[in-house]
Amino acid sequence: MVLMSVKFDLKKRVKLAQTVWFMYWFAVMGGVLVFSMGLFFKIELRKRSELMDNNESHFLPNLLILMGLIACGINAFGGKICYDSLDPNKFVKWKSMLKSFLVLCMVLNSLLFITALLCFLTRIPLQFTLAEGLKNGMRYYKDTDTPGRCYMKRTLDLMQMEFRCCGNENYRDWFEIQWVSNRYLDFGAKEVKDRIGSNVDGQYLMDGVPFSCCNPSSPRPCIQNQMTNNTAHYSYDHYTEELNVWKRGCRDAMLSYYGGLMNTIGALVLLVTILEVAVTIGLQYVNSSLSTLANPEDPESESEGWILEKTVKETFTDIMATMKSMGKGTKVEEGGEAAVATVS
Amino acid sequence: MVVMKMKFPFQKRVKLAQGLWLLSWCAAISGAITFSLGCILKTELRRRAEVMDNSDIHVVPNTLMIVGLASLGINYFASKICQDALDAGRFPRWKNMLKPYFAVSCFFTVLMLLAVIMSFAMKGSLESSLKVGLRNGIRFYKDTDTPGRCFQKQNIDRLQMDFHCCGNNDFRDWFEVQWISNRYLDFSSKEVKDRIKSNVDGRYLLDGVPFSCCNPSSPRPCIQFQLTNNSAHYNYDYQTEELNIYLRGCREALVHYYMGLMNAIGAGVLSVFLLQASVLVSLRFLQTSMEAVAGNENTEIETEGYLLEKPLKETIMEYIEPVMKFFLLTNQVEEGTPGAPAST
Repeated sequence: MVLMSVKFDLKKRVKLAQTVWFMYWFAVMGGVLVFSMGLFFKIELRKRSELMDNNESHFLPNLLILMGLIACGINAFGGKICYDSLDPNKFVKWKSMLKSFLVLCMVLNSLLFITALLCFLTRIPLQFTLAEGLKNGMRYYKDTDTPGRCYMKRTLDLMQMEFRCCGNENYRDWFEIQWVSNRYLDFGAKEVKDRIGSNVDGQYLMDGVPFSCCNPSSPRPCIQNQMTNNTAHYSYDHYTEELNVWKRGCRDAMLSYYGGLMNTIGALVLLVTILEVAVTIGLQYVNSSLSTLANPEDPESESEGWILEKTVKETFTDIMATMKSMGKGTKVEEGGEAAVATVS
Repeated sequence: MVVMKMKFPFQKRVKLAQGLWLLSWCAAISGAITFSLGCILKTELRRRAEVMDNSDIHVVPNTLMIVGLASLGINYFASKICQDALDAGRFPRWKNMLKPYFAVSCFFTVLMLLAVIMSFAMKGSLESSLKVGLRNGIRFYKDTDTPGRCFQKQNIDRLQMDFHCCGNNDFRDWFEVQWISNRYLDFSSKEVKDRIKSNVDGRYLLDGVPFSCCNPSSPRPCIQFQLTNNSAHYNYDYQTEELNIYLRGCREALVHYYMGLMNAIGAGVLSVFLLQASVLVSLRFLQTSMEAVAGNENTEIETEGYLLEKPLKETIMEYIEPVMKFFLLTNQVEEGTPGAPAST
């Protein structure tokens, strides 16, 4: 008993082939879209690669690029098949490989679906990567004379200004590290000696933040030094002051940015997957309707189209049986050789 | 005495009509591009409208938008005329419309050229507008509690961060203005009282700049206060320090940015102008060569095409005369009628 059979006459067959050909063009554009989104994500990751620890994986953008290219190729091929199906002479050459092509399409669709799922799940490893990377970045903020780290200050400053954030979790992270280079500290001054003596590691810690944490929307000029000392500034209470520096931590800011990006990409890949499934079903109908012509010589005869020749269960058992027989085939060969060996 | 006579056999006429049809569609697309370039320029100018004193510069994008729209209409009609030119029966219906059509098209084409010239020539007007606008912006920086000016601080801060600039001419403009609001000054402290007494207007002036002047590329944390006092900071010489704050003035940065944009747009629109002019010239040749065919039984005769029937001066007078007559006639009629009853 066939699954979802539909009767086709010539007119309906022609319309089906034209519609599926048209949809294949959209599917090609969908493939291009997936490719370009993979490229965009890769570029975004590389832009901030200094702020992620070295283990950041480019697996997902590479997968998106690969899937986009494969989808483009397969869809263009499928479109050509549909175009040729209108002419029975041309269609004959595709007939034999159509079944394996459809199986390939189904494999591609499932891979696309898995890619979409991965897009939604990639937030979790990204969180750990960002936490580690930002912590290191802040530690190397002052090392503007160390080769390999001299641009960390600029990168962090630009990032804090662009994402409107300060520190890792919040601005207090800057209080726990020395972010002023020793080259600019006067070790003869009493204040510097006091601060260095006040902690075990001999670091110059202060309750101040870099200028890139300042919020331009604040009504007063930015207070970046002696932030916890209310008496150092007129009319200032650091508990109630909200607009002075950015309150959000950079890990949260970057995670929400990348998370939003990944959600959008995942949703678009899901839409492309749905389109791909639709064109695969369409191609299956084209294939089955052209192979069941009532009178093979007459192209205008009626035919029947379906998705599956037998029910889902029977098709599944058929596939299992085919795979078992393939496995048995090799065993029979081995058995035959052994028998020959024992005989001789 | 005709201007630029050329012989047109039938085949040449056909080729001219076909080529012109294609050219007019290209010119229509270019007209749409001109319109969108005008929109882009207007949007960019409006984004920084708070630091511009007047909107004289907006005449450039406005003209571009008008010319773009007009060019779409002109080229649409040109393509219609081309299509009808190949059919001798349909061409005569355009006869009456062609003279005003050419007048209007020439007017808008000249307007396009004017827009290009203006985009290069209005640098001085832009600069003086920015000079006044930035001066006011810096003066009102501290007025974050005055309605109508409360966003000046935010605008100037974002401007300085985006364009990597500081102050109007350079950072010293901030030394001449009180940019800290009185709400955040402790009038009982000695330092504040000294500074206020030190100048005639009683303003709190200091040799410091807002945080938005800080350059993230600087290897040391930003020095914004006591800029001219070398002893206030360790290992600091303000005359040789280049990377600490932005040394460029915002007026120069903005003029540079807008002139770059307008020069690029001007170059593009100049090529569109050349395309449009060639469309009009070819259309004129087509019209004059087709006029000789009219009334003839044999449409495939060879005809002559010319640019202008009379020399340039006489043609201009011919067009301006009706306009002048219209204005003069209304005056004469008004003078005549009260005079007539008076004489009788």
